[in-house]
Amino acid sequence: MNWSSWLIWGFASTVVLTSILAGSQGIGMTRMNIPYMLGTIFTPDRDRAKFLGFFLHFGNGFAFSLIYVAAFQSLGRSTWWFGALIGLVQALFVLTMLLPILPALHPRMANEQRGPTVVKQLEPPGFLGLHYGIRTPISIIIAHVIFGAILGAFYTMK
Amino acid sequence: MSAEVPKIQDYAIIGNGRSAALVSNRGAIDWLCWPRFDSAAIFAAILDPKIGGHWSVRPAQQSNTSRRYIDNTNVLETEFVTASGKIVVTDFMPVTSEEKKRRLLWPEHELVRQIRCQEGEIETMVDFRPRLDYGRTAPNIKNCGKLGWKIDFGTGAFILVSEIELDCFKQSSLGEAAACEALLCKVVLKAGQSVAFSFSYSAEAPAVVPPPGASIAEKLKLTIDWWRSWAGQSKYRGPYQRQVTRSALVLKLLSYGPSGAIVAAPTTSLPEAPGGDLNWDYRFAWLRDAASTVHALFGLGYQDDAKAFVDWLLHATRLTRPELRILYDVFGERAMPERQLSHLSGFAGSRPVRIGNAASGQLQLDVYGEVVEAVSHFIGENEKLDHEMQKMLRQCAEFVCEHWCEPDNGMWEYRDKRRPYTHSRLMCWVALDRILQMNARGQLRKVHTKRCEAERARIREQIEREAWNAKLETYVQAFGGEHVDANALLLTYHGFADASSPRMRQTHARIREKLSRRRGLVYRNERSLELREGAFALCSFWEVDFLARSGRLEEAREIFEAALDFANDVDLFAEEIDPETGDALGNFPQAFTHLGVITAALSLRDAEASAVHLARQSA
Repeated sequence: MNWSSWLIWGFASTVVLTSILAGSQGIGMTRMNIPYMLGTIFTPDRDRAKFLGFFLHFGNGFAFSLIYVAAFQSLGRSTWWFGALIGLVQALFVLTMLLPILPALHPRMANEQRGPTVVKQLEPPGFLGLHYGIRTPISIIIAHVIFGAILGAFYTMK
Repeated sequence: MSAEVPKIQDYAIIGNGRSAALVSNRGAIDWLCWPRFDSAAIFAAILDPKIGGHWSVRPAQQSNTSRRYIDNTNVLETEFVTASGKIVVTDFMPVTSEEKKRRLLWPEHELVRQIRCQEGEIETMVDFRPRLDYGRTAPNIKNCGKLGWKIDFGTGAFILVSEIELDCFKQSSLGEAAACEALLCKVVLKAGQSVAFSFSYSAEAPAVVPPPGASIAEKLKLTIDWWRSWAGQSKYRGPYQRQVTRSALVLKLLSYGPSGAIVAAPTTSLPEAPGGDLNWDYRFAWLRDAASTVHALFGLGYQDDAKAFVDWLLHATRLTRPELRILYDVFGERAMPERQLSHLSGFAGSRPVRIGNAASGQLQLDVYGEVVEAVSHFIGENEKLDHEMQKMLRQCAEFVCEHWCEPDNGMWEYRDKRRPYTHSRLMCWVALDRILQMNARGQLRKVHTKRCEAERARIREQIEREAWNAKLETYVQAFGGEHVDANALLLTYHGFADASSPRMRQTHARIREKLSRRRGLVYRNERSLELREGAFALCSFWEVDFLARSGRLEEAREIFEAALDFANDVDLFAEEIDPETGDALGNFPQAFTHLGVITAALSLRDAEASAVHLARQSA
């Protein structure tokens, strides 16, 4: 395991991932604001939630890059397309598994069957995150594929 | 209640310091732009009843209507009385303190409508018919089950949550595949029953979907408390308290909370002349309103709001100094370019409907005086000016010294040609005068005092020589001209001329003779008579101010009361008033007019207090 390479490229790929997701919201591709979604797990304050959520998401991305690196090491290869492939698998997992079950995990997220309550008022993402805009899955896939490709291309094996 | 299309005065405003909606006395929301004042409208029936979009709530039967704001708030109650009972529709946009918001999940923008049956039994009809982008796009309203109804549009989503079942209206010719374009329902409410709707907008996800029920009642309570707390900060105790408070509440509604900017009005293209083409977009912040805004806010005791406005002023003007634009958007950026919306028929057929405002490219020299006087009001006689403000004032002084004698478009923003307007010169004189005063008090340094004094004297000399028409015995609109303009009354307001001076008395007499066709109403100038515009409501309050400063207090009260009679049933003013019918004309409600109400009331209060003081001394 090349720790210094992971530190550099894990950080760089997470910066790119975060920027793509924020940028895709900025250009109207999706309404999804991941820092806000994560931050509201801990606070209803919109500004604080975004601040907190940014660090959470960034830390999350950094931690996930370790799993990518572990995969590269275990298979003995680190190429851009292999990283992109892992990114695609992760994006599909997020879209099909994680987002639909988020209302059960998030203390402030409403449930489609029961509707909003005084405590749970946040709109759930729905299948593939489509409630947040029909191009939400595209932005998530693009961001994760590029995240994996950067790691795969620049991480140097030891 | 008349079945005709509502007139301008039939509307009332609700808002939250981010955006505003107009609610007619027929129970319809006919104007709403989200997320900002200058965003595209989702309800624009006021500009085209057929395609603009609206949201109406009203009894199925014929009804008599009355309405009011809950005391000292911007929460509107419209009461419908029919043969079978009575319902009250309460409309508001929830607001509360930032501290409370941090503990609650609230949508970014929300409008709440609550219907309560107070007596008997009434069948009530709800017709929710949004149209996106000023009516250009019919929406596809999606049923999200318990999460309400949703409209995706561009980068945002509109969500309607209802406590009752709504039916989807589709274009019948397109069959089941057609998009849901409207939501309708009829509900019978019995005494004591109520239903509520929450309509919200979110630019980011996850959106907050407000739950029905108790949370609506809590929001209503918080909103009432917040407005009352804000209104309660006013230190004004004087004549026409109710109207002054309402004017302050309107100003607060027209201020954009995140920046402190105050838009001239929340609407576009409500006509200055019925059926005519004098239709402009006022959803921007004009520097012209600066001095009177700060004067009014300070006069009433709203220091924080005055500070927020001055901060916006400094921020907005930073990029273009020493040149100042005439108007800015709420974040201090250039206002959008002027365009015409040819698909809209306009209010009462008044076309074209315009968005954006081409006046932003004009030269209007009076704005320098407005900005300098705003800062002068803001710092008073004892406060210090920071480095940034001093720099701005020095730049203004240099620009005014250099350019005051150039012709410009004037305060009325005439587009035909530039002229040497008297009011523009007056405000250049004000700029230099206030800068020299601040310099003399040690608040402002590094000013070219001699040059400023020389130019100030030149302006005064030119106004007295060129703006005075000896034949007509009045100050005129432009140097060497023959037209009377009501803004000559501001020579007194700004301290250029004494109200009791012979020239000002003659000017006032001429204004009354030529520009006032009905007691309490004053046209802005003779040109507006030719253009068939209405009387300019602000000019009536200038006259009150002038009379108060002249010591003609009884007359001032008479004119004040006559002018206030032209407000609508909830004390709101448009820009102009039709002298024949008394109808409101122009964008509505108008900050400039409500600033006039406050300024005139402050002058009258001060003049009456001085008169009492003098009377006591002489006794």
